[in-house]
Amino acid sequence: MTGLDAHLVTARGDDFTLDIQLSIAPGETLALLGPNGAGKSTTVDALAGIVPLRAGHLKLAGRSLDVPAQDHFSPPEDRSIGVVFQDYLLFDHLSVLENVMFGPLASGLRKQTARTVAGRWVKALDLGALAHRRAGQLSGGQAQRVALARALATEPDLLLLDEALAALDVRTRSELRQVLSRHLADFDGPRLLITHDPTDAFLLADRIAVLEGGRIIQVGSSEDIRRRPATPYVAALAGTNLLRGMNSNGSLSLDDYAHRLQTANTSVKGPVLITIHPTAIALHPTQPSGSPRNSWRTTVATVEPLGDTTRITLADPLALGVDITPAATAALKLSPGTPIWASIKATEIAVSPAAE
Amino acid sequence: MKDRVRDQQPRRRVRSRAPWQLVVLGSIGAAVFVLPLVGLATRTPWSRLVELVSSDIVVDALKLSVTTSLIAALICLIVGVPLAWLLARTEFPGRRVLRSIVTLPMVLPPVVGGAALLFALGRRGVVGEPLNEATGFLLPFSMWGVVVANVFVAMPFLVVTVEGALNNLNARYEVAAATLGASRLTVFRRVTLPMIAPSLRAGLVLAWARALGEFGATITFAGNLQGRTQTLPIAVFVALESDRDTAVAISLVLVVVSLVVLMVLRDRWWSRT
Repeated sequence: MTGLDAHLVTARGDDFTLDIQLSIAPGETLALLGPNGAGKSTTVDALAGIVPLRAGHLKLAGRSLDVPAQDHFSPPEDRSIGVVFQDYLLFDHLSVLENVMFGPLASGLRKQTARTVAGRWVKALDLGALAHRRAGQLSGGQAQRVALARALATEPDLLLLDEALAALDVRTRSELRQVLSRHLADFDGPRLLITHDPTDAFLLADRIAVLEGGRIIQVGSSEDIRRRPATPYVAALAGTNLLRGMNSNGSLSLDDYAHRLQTANTSVKGPVLITIHPTAIALHPTQPSGSPRNSWRTTVATVEPLGDTTRITLADPLALGVDITPAATAALKLSPGTPIWASIKATEIAVSPAAE
Repeated sequence: MKDRVRDQQPRRRVRSRAPWQLVVLGSIGAAVFVLPLVGLATRTPWSRLVELVSSDIVVDALKLSVTTSLIAALICLIVGVPLAWLLARTEFPGRRVLRSIVTLPMVLPPVVGGAALLFALGRRGVVGEPLNEATGFLLPFSMWGVVVANVFVAMPFLVVTVEGALNNLNARYEVAAATLGASRLTVFRRVTLPMIAPSLRAGLVLAWARALGEFGATITFAGNLQGRTQTLPIAVFVALESDRDTAVAISLVLVVVSLVVLMVLRDRWWSRT
């Protein structure tokens, strides 16, 4: 076993325990998907060595990092886990290149060699023009790429992305998702993507583990999770609509439907994965005024209460899940068979390159 | 055409007026600092100033004060920063008590501090006696005695400033550095220190200024020997008894040196903290 093999058991405060099993093969991306308070940051702390395990084990690339039963604990600096933090935590007093050099220097490389190694990563992440800029003067998207370069330059045994996209605005997110997806593919160790956003999980991960209340309640491919959600929470979380298609200049032809959609993203071409958040779809009793680039006439297929929202599924031409408030359901008098208009803004349709 | 418009309509200056109550009370506060300086200036024998200031006593005291206060500041930096780090970043029994003891010299009358130093490091002190027997070295009545007294009263200012900065620093930067493979010492050197640099400089200046003005602990512990332990403040005290003009002249030197340093440093360093 050369990837990650972990059974993490630890606690936070008096009333929260984490007890999860994670195994990730080299070259595989696992998404740990869960809401706030599910235990995501405790997982990061346990993996990085900030919090010790109380039981279980943590093994990476054949090395034991934390095995309480054998009283073995490796401190963070000996773990070889590259972390991209949610708020990046770049060293503002250093330049972009110096940030990326930090890991190679800490590992004992000489300054000149470290500079060469860092220079390669700076170039790989298109940061060449910013190499000598102070880290404090970067935009969110640039900072994220520097954080990724800094983590990769240590040649870690595990790449850990902790809510790496959460701090960005919608447009930057979708751009960086592509950057990430490209560089994740270049990193041949195991990758763990920790996120609360199903879109990130669906578009970037090979497998998804859903975390709730400190336990993993379901593991599977995005298809598994969406087809057979284990709990209502997973159903709500996995309600994100996932489609396959081809993007040509923002016009999306779909593999399974004759209907076409328009996306604001014109940079990802060819076969794509398309995600549409169920709250991004608006329903109208008549043809919507103005000109949303995506609007079509359809009928309601099912109406299903789902906690605080109501899940509507639409019939032909596009079977999509829509989440609206119970009040709106009542106001629109929705029941199976009701004719209705649906619309989506082109900016709300996220696309990413489809894995072959 | 454009220029004429600009001439006819000068830029308006809008100023909000300070409430008179604050102006009155604030002015009294300022007078506390300004009046003594005025007093000093009115008593200054301006025509004999150069002659007084270049006397042996003053030159010796100035050299000693500058040397000892700089050495003391350097020692504060070398041992005070690690001490602040231990207080801020580690858990050990008695940490709270130690933190109080470290800040004690800020509230203790310096004379008491000087006496305590004497009992510890003097000829009959718990450390001083064996040290003297083993090496013949005696701190009191030497320049190093002055340095020790300076360090004792000045280091708390550095430790308190730096510890405060360490507590305010987001510790997650240090975590990030550790995940990149940096040992704790490397993290301290390459991340922690640069990130608290503004506070470090401020603490250093405060400590140096306190050392330069130190009087009570120095005269108690190190004595009053011209050229060896008689610093500027002690020279002022001695001269007040015998030669008022010299006392005033030395005071003026102290004021000018301190003011220049504070003004230069405040603009360059403190504004960034």
